[in-house]
Amino acid sequence: MLCCRLAALGARRPLRPLGPAAGNLLQRWNVPIGLQMSRQVASSDVPGGKGSSSVFALIMGLSTLGAGVYVYKTLRENKERFTSRVTTITARSQENASSPGAASQGSAAPEAHPEVPSHVPFLLIGGGTAAFAAARSIRARDPGARVLIVSEDPALPYMRPPLSKELWFSDDPNVTETLRFKQWNGKERSIYFQPPSFYVPARDLPFVENGGVAVLCGKKVVHMDVRGNMVKLSDGSQISYDKCLIATGGSPRNLPAIERAGKDVQQRLTLFRKVEDFKSLEKISRQVKSITVIGGGFLGSELACALGRRARTRGLEVIQLFPENGNMGKILPEYLSNWTTEKVRREGVNVMPNAVVKSVSVSGNRLVIKLKDGRKVETDHIVAAVGLEPNVELAKSAGLEVDSDFGGFRVNAELQARSNIWVAGDAACFYDIKLGRRRVEHHDHAVVSGRLAGENMTGAAKPYWHQSMFWSDLGPDVGYEAIGLVDSTLPTVGVFAKATAKDTPKSATEQSGTGIRSESETEAEASEVPTSPSASPTPRVPKEGEDYGKGVVFYLRDKVVVGIVLWNIFNRMPIARKIIKDGEEHADLNEVAKLFNIHED
Amino acid sequence: MSYCRQEGKDKIIFVTKEDHETPSSAELVADDPDDPYEEQGLILPNGDINWNCPCLGGMASGPCGEQFKSAFSCFHYSTEEIKGSDCVDQFRAMQECMQKYPDLYPQEDENDEKEKSSKDLEDTPVEASVAKEEKGSS
Repeated sequence: MLCCRLAALGARRPLRPLGPAAGNLLQRWNVPIGLQMSRQVASSDVPGGKGSSSVFALIMGLSTLGAGVYVYKTLRENKERFTSRVTTITARSQENASSPGAASQGSAAPEAHPEVPSHVPFLLIGGGTAAFAAARSIRARDPGARVLIVSEDPALPYMRPPLSKELWFSDDPNVTETLRFKQWNGKERSIYFQPPSFYVPARDLPFVENGGVAVLCGKKVVHMDVRGNMVKLSDGSQISYDKCLIATGGSPRNLPAIERAGKDVQQRLTLFRKVEDFKSLEKISRQVKSITVIGGGFLGSELACALGRRARTRGLEVIQLFPENGNMGKILPEYLSNWTTEKVRREGVNVMPNAVVKSVSVSGNRLVIKLKDGRKVETDHIVAAVGLEPNVELAKSAGLEVDSDFGGFRVNAELQARSNIWVAGDAACFYDIKLGRRRVEHHDHAVVSGRLAGENMTGAAKPYWHQSMFWSDLGPDVGYEAIGLVDSTLPTVGVFAKATAKDTPKSATEQSGTGIRSESETEAEASEVPTSPSASPTPRVPKEGEDYGKGVVFYLRDKVVVGIVLWNIFNRMPIARKIIKDGEEHADLNEVAKLFNIHED
Repeated sequence: MSYCRQEGKDKIIFVTKEDHETPSSAELVADDPDDPYEEQGLILPNGDINWNCPCLGGMASGPCGEQFKSAFSCFHYSTEEIKGSDCVDQFRAMQECMQKYPDLYPQEDENDEKEKSSKDLEDTPVEASVAKEEKGSS
């Protein structure tokens, strides 16, 4: 390959000094030699042609000939080089084929099994939450299944939510090594789904008796051959499969202003997504005086609150800037977004809404962020949490469709892209029978879609039906769980009661005895709902200083509830899920709100 | 009494405890317990065990998954007076397997596993709770 490219360059070089003649020659290459010569002859035969034109024609002819000879020689050299390379490669592969044979002639040594198995029944591309959930689902349903996870991340599968929440609140000074977090109720767990002993070494996967789950870390799938049911890895190895799941997730987006800014700025930037980003940001937070978080959504707000908490004990300045009017401006209705922003400020964060970054530069040893409205922010480090770009590079080689509205691989309601290929998690743009086509970037969706993909890979043929939920905690006093389409552009109806000390995320986990709230709600049962007619209360003039302590917010589309936020009330997700699943028009949403018992614990 | 206000497209209602004491007039659609699309609990409508139930955690999918499945199945279908008393071999095999993986199956939880299997399925074990099927509203 390289030699061909070099040869091409070589072929180009002598043409350049010829100047305009070169342009003519390049055009002429598309024409057979015979025609070229006849054209030149014809031009020199034009009546009224001067001596200079015939000399010109002669020079042209000679240079064409010279170039032609050169090109012919180069191409022949090329071919020789090509054939010699091919022979070396085939000779080498023959050697390789014979050497493992030689090794296996000895005892059943581990070196005999190649590190990367050549065929697996279940191949999962990506080693995150969706892939792990699928692996678990496949193993549960198909006895003795052999599942291979190929992950670009050097770490074994882990969960992301604690990276921006619980790990920051840990009292353990070694938390960046142990990656264990203590939940509010005292129970400790690791971010890793399973310890290393759970997994089978990849080289043993085809041979181990009851099958298992193997993980190849730090390897990327770079090419997918759908017709041949085969993938190629970054290290050159190939794996063929029977069924494949693409769960490649996404990569953090960057701001164009920062991308333009140069290396000095890039060195002071964190694009937060992985374990290593947590480790490096944790270290940086102890070294610098000021950190700015750009982005006002889930990740940005959670990180700002987590850093803000450290700010109080360590004198770290934490700034958060985003274009919206308030934190979670795209998710919560304006009044709630404003309320949330005040809470984030109380966590020690200098929140700057309506801030659009124009440029970033280095001055002295500090970063200077210039905003479009003229304000300037001086800081030491930037954390950008401005969205996720789904990893769809494989779409090209695999010939898979990418969705133009939401990004990600386009799959049907059963998460299937093609016959033997499914997609789950952040990278899947799927059809939700109740809510329409969408792409969801939340942890519980990765679990639910991963599990569903695993079921469908083992023959279930079930559509996406169980609605996934999400949650966020902004400090210990504000937390919410949500489900469905939670989009602040939709009309909303919020029903609130005043919060007591008992209504915090802290007590929710204490009651349910689990840390990750999506676990707790899959274990809960929906209570029987009494239905009987009653008169609805009449509205009255609102009092001043009402606090949005706890309540429920309904998001409506064409008068049907498509999204629900449970504001500081917990363990009620099943009833919220039921309301969305019903998809009914309710005349009085206050009556629906009664189903949530918002005044109780 | 409750009261409300409108902020643009968003309606906000504040309610007191008394306002919400009267039962709700909202009607919910009756659930079909045999809906094939729904996520099932631990026991499927046909009586089989749902090995993919989130409540089982990784028990059925780990290295000792096969042993766990055979022990639990035996217990589930056991018709003995003392349920599961005919499944001692399977439980022993499961225990032996689990002892090989102490970080996956810590010693205390292993005892809990045996307790869980010997109790009635409806009881809530220490490690994971059993998901009950949703019942339709009347």
